[in-house]
Amino acid sequence: MEKTEIETRLRDVLVSELGLDADKINRSANFETDLDVDSLGVVELLMAMEDEFGVKIPDDEAEHIHTVGEAIDLVHGKLNV
Amino acid sequence: MVRTALVTGASRGIGRAIAFALARDGHQVGVNFSSSSGPAADVVAEIEAAGGKAIALGADVSDAAAVDAMFTEAAAQLGPVEILVNNAGITADNLLLRMTPEDFDRVLAVNLRSAFLCSRLAVKAMLRARWGRIISIASVAGIAGNPGQANYAASKAGLIGFTKSVAKEVGSRGITANVVAPGFINTDMTEGLGAEVKESVLGSISLGRFGEAAEVAAAVAFLASEAAGYITGQVLAVEGGLAL
Repeated sequence: MEKTEIETRLRDVLVSELGLDADKINRSANFETDLDVDSLGVVELLMAMEDEFGVKIPDDEAEHIHTVGEAIDLVHGKLNV
Repeated sequence: MVRTALVTGASRGIGRAIAFALARDGHQVGVNFSSSSGPAADVVAEIEAAGGKAIALGADVSDAAAVDAMFTEAAAQLGPVEILVNNAGITADNLLLRMTPEDFDRVLAVNLRSAFLCSRLAVKAMLRARWGRIISIASVAGIAGNPGQANYAASKAGLIGFTKSVAKEVGSRGITANVVAPGFINTDMTEGLGAEVKESVLGSISLGRFGEAAEVAAAVAFLASEAAGYITGQVLAVEGGLAL
């Protein structure tokens, strides 16, 4: 799956499942500081990503996700091995 | 609004009364049982006879894989669980010096671990719905202690701490978590008490009688309702004025 497709689908999930502001979502946006996602929201994000892309994201990998771009990279890496 | 409820240990006693109360409020009910499949089927039949919807769900709720399977089946047949009642409970009473590690572990697993296993799955769907009710049935033994019930009281006190933590974690998403702590209620569990114990207990109950399962269920139904939306992390004792 191409990164652009992942980005489009992730953006949809962020808006529909987490209720984030579509205008604020870009690859460099930080979930915590730019998108106001709290600690429970991060867990919801991981669950939503796992459901959407059919991947497993263990806690030690989840720790490295801070921005939308990093989330895209992680999914891309998992889907293209 | 019709919601899907799941009541653990709902084939007998307080759990059975809770299943009926939630069904009367219009909810569809998953009636969990571990070994009493006959009584569970009776509960389902009675709810259906009254025009409600219910299914029996056999599962040992202290077993993670069984709980997973139960939630999958509940979701498939009734929809995602939005009201969870952690009611399943057992006793294995003995004085501390005579209590075996096995009896301690078994009571903690069925009474407390089960609430953890069920709640973590239920919360997933509740987060999506931005609405949820988790109600755990503890006991006055978990608040005041009771001789011969160190394991049982520990499990029930554990439910209270568990509930308060969960209430803080998920409150921002419209999910409440509360405890109902029954006192002495007429069920199979209290039937085993000796006449002497019953007599001495009655003397300390302000209302002068044991409670009925339906009276506990009424408190649960309230906490499950829309009206209780601003109540979370609380322990509601239904004990006839025992601790006054």
